[in-house]
Amino acid sequence: MSSTAVFGAEADVAGDVSYDGPAPKRIVVAYGFWIFLLSDIVMFSALFATYAVLAHASAGGPDGAQLFDQRRVAIETGCLLLSSYTCGLMWMAVGARNTGATYLGAAVTFLLGAAFLALEASEFAGMVMIGATPERSAFLSAFFTLVGCHGVHVTFGLLWLAVMMAQIATKGFRPMVERRLLCFSLFWHALDIIWVGLFTVVYLMGAR
Amino acid sequence: MSLQSHDRAPGDDSTRALTREDMLSELLVYTIGLVLAVILTAVSFWAANTTLLWPPGVALGLAVLAIAQMGVHLVFFLHITTGPDNTNNVLALAFGILTVLLVVAGSLVIMASLNANMMPPSDMMNLHMQH
Repeated sequence: MSSTAVFGAEADVAGDVSYDGPAPKRIVVAYGFWIFLLSDIVMFSALFATYAVLAHASAGGPDGAQLFDQRRVAIETGCLLLSSYTCGLMWMAVGARNTGATYLGAAVTFLLGAAFLALEASEFAGMVMIGATPERSAFLSAFFTLVGCHGVHVTFGLLWLAVMMAQIATKGFRPMVERRLLCFSLFWHALDIIWVGLFTVVYLMGAR
Repeated sequence: MSLQSHDRAPGDDSTRALTREDMLSELLVYTIGLVLAVILTAVSFWAANTTLLWPPGVALGLAVLAIAQMGVHLVFFLHITTGPDNTNNVLALAFGILTVLLVVAGSLVIMASLNANMMPPSDMMNLHMQH
């Protein structure tokens, strides 16, 4: 062990080259998931570009200023932002091996995410009720594709979170479970980043 | 722990050693991130609804606020730093941002140009008649 320490120290002096062997699985897994998240963001950027091009192609139908309710969007944003925060707290509780705090953080994260989804579903339902369906105009097609795709991601995130809690209950804090939780928290924070772009481009710019 | 000269996993915090001080500093990082994000969000909603600002500048201001908030999320929630243990994560992120910019800006420029140069429908009909 001490010889490794000396070797490592020499390597640092020699120029930041590490001879410690392959990186631990935790880093490899999280890095791979980071690449996936970035590719997911690239996919969302294509949907964003489509929406931005078609934002004014409402074909005589309702446009954003008539459809969007900023108060609802503000509450949705608050839910997602807070759930991102509680997800971070849950990840801290995982690090501290505190099962109760992990469940609490996960439960609050789940409820806030579910509240977001419920608000989004009621918005979609209200739009469909007044005839603002995806086939009404190119603007609405792009809107439902972009916002709906984010909503589907949040839905899968909630399912994933529930599965992870079941895994903690049955398997405990194994390294494998912890790696999956790290990937989940990355996923959840990334969804919040996409929502920042979404509420700005769709709801705030679109209502003007 | 001093031996650990590996890269850091994205989303992972710096230490993962769990003394009480580390926990408190990590909590502080998340809380600062939340406060900054809330402030930026609130300013965005205010800017979109106020009549005090010069209207054509608001869209640009909203874009700047959104990009700033994405940065806050990356730094305080995803723990992306400029440290040497984060080089791989930052490089991947940089490539992602480049791709996103190309896709979004490219689409907008091309479609705006096509839109501006599109023939009026009546001329299009004449073109059909000539054949």
